[in-house]
Amino acid sequence: MANQPKGAIAGLGVTPTGKIYGRRAVDFAAEAIALALEDAGLNKSDVDGLLINANLPGDMDARSQMALGFENLTLINVMSAYGSTAGSMMQYACMAIREGLANVVVLVYADAPLSATRGAGQSYAGPHRFPLAGMNGLRAAYGNFGANPEYAMAARRHMHLYGTTTEQFGAIAVGQRAWAQLSPWAQMKQTMTLADHQASRFIAEPLRLLDCCLVSNGAVAVIVTSAERARDLRQPPVNVLGYAQCAPGDNLQTDRHPAVETGAKRSGEIAFRMAGISRDDIGTCQLYDCYTYTVLVTLEDYGFCAKGEGGPFVADGKLGPDGALPTNTGGGQLSGYYMWGFTPLSEAVVQARGQGGARQVPRNDYVLVSANGGILNFHSTIILSRHASG
Amino acid sequence: MATKPVPIPDETSAPFFDGARNGRLMLQYCSACARWSFPVRERCPHCFSAALEWRQASGRGSLYTFTIMHQVMNPGFASAVPYNIAQIDLAEGVRMTSNIVDAPNDALLIGMPLEAVFEEVGENVCLPKFRPVAG
Repeated sequence: MANQPKGAIAGLGVTPTGKIYGRRAVDFAAEAIALALEDAGLNKSDVDGLLINANLPGDMDARSQMALGFENLTLINVMSAYGSTAGSMMQYACMAIREGLANVVVLVYADAPLSATRGAGQSYAGPHRFPLAGMNGLRAAYGNFGANPEYAMAARRHMHLYGTTTEQFGAIAVGQRAWAQLSPWAQMKQTMTLADHQASRFIAEPLRLLDCCLVSNGAVAVIVTSAERARDLRQPPVNVLGYAQCAPGDNLQTDRHPAVETGAKRSGEIAFRMAGISRDDIGTCQLYDCYTYTVLVTLEDYGFCAKGEGGPFVADGKLGPDGALPTNTGGGQLSGYYMWGFTPLSEAVVQARGQGGARQVPRNDYVLVSANGGILNFHSTIILSRHASG
Repeated sequence: MATKPVPIPDETSAPFFDGARNGRLMLQYCSACARWSFPVRERCPHCFSAALEWRQASGRGSLYTFTIMHQVMNPGFASAVPYNIAQIDLAEGVRMTSNIVDAPNDALLIGMPLEAVFEEVGENVCLPKFRPVAG
């Protein structure tokens, strides 16, 4: 049936995140998995599936199963669609469980790119990340390092076409900081005003420091099982009602406009149809927010406002606390913690369970999760609910 | 002082870099579907034919979007900031990333017409960059 749960989330573990040095990614992963097992009321021996989100340094590889001490797994893989991987992992876990390949699947993202001598920018775009051989060498030669300039160019294109402003981007950052102040897991606690946003230095114009996500050391683990089994476990089950991917592909052609339409559109349409709900049923959005701009364009592509109207749509603060569309309620990647797609996914689990405390949204029946990867090259959508159907 | 990174041409990219050294913007052209592509590929991304050949492109295009980089991500660019990075829509239907030269950053306008120029960035290595031309 179209709107039966595909599976359910039974456990969530989030380690302390941020500038925590001296531990490897796999060490953070072990802690997150232990927290998730405790949360679910399961033991490590109950786990028979492990899906690992490939991280940028590549040290979370399939051999991590040994370091983590798993045995006799009937499902294991490392998955990579960059920031969008959380959604793909959720799909594969649910399919494997329904197919009988595994019963309890751990999804984990862990990373430790920061060190005492390597900060956020260098960890993602430092010289060690840029080969010089062949055409790949062009990026470094033109000074095009990492994601910052690429997303800045997308944001500039949106501003040019629709009159979107840096103040409108700022409204997103300000709202998420206010959410972060309500979350015990968030890294950034200092109050942010629009003036603070406007005064923050440019990283890659038009993007300012406060338009850009954090980079964090840490890990998140999510335990997926069948909807039936989840009902017997410790936590209120969070049912997976719909999911989809869309990878728009190469954008280096003049007839493609990734700044204007992302994979959120198609993956959103498929996921909503699968869940049997409409956009109006969504009480809170947890959207991938590598940059403020990403939130804005994703909202447009999911249809919360018309294409090009994202700027005015967010400017009134409707994404923040007390707003009409509470979004990124843990502070997101901008102010909470940067665990790729596991940032929105983890906060969605909290909200769907009703365990958000001071940041709990009132309408938590249906939660929309997006994850975006590469330079708008990959997208996944998940729809979660405490209800078993749409 | 650190220098900017210089690409190392390899076998598959040699026609592109050889062209740049001789003042020509070389791209792959598919003789099966008559469309162009960039960067180098084994098969045409449009029709998936293997009938790709290198041809000289016009070097003409327009500014699709750009950014001004302030963050120093590489020591070779420490004295270059703030510098521009631009996406250029070429007449051939290919979108290239490069730098705009011969224009101050505050003169860049989306849609402005551009043409390729070639800059020697290392021993025997040249890069296509773009400069404004009268519309």
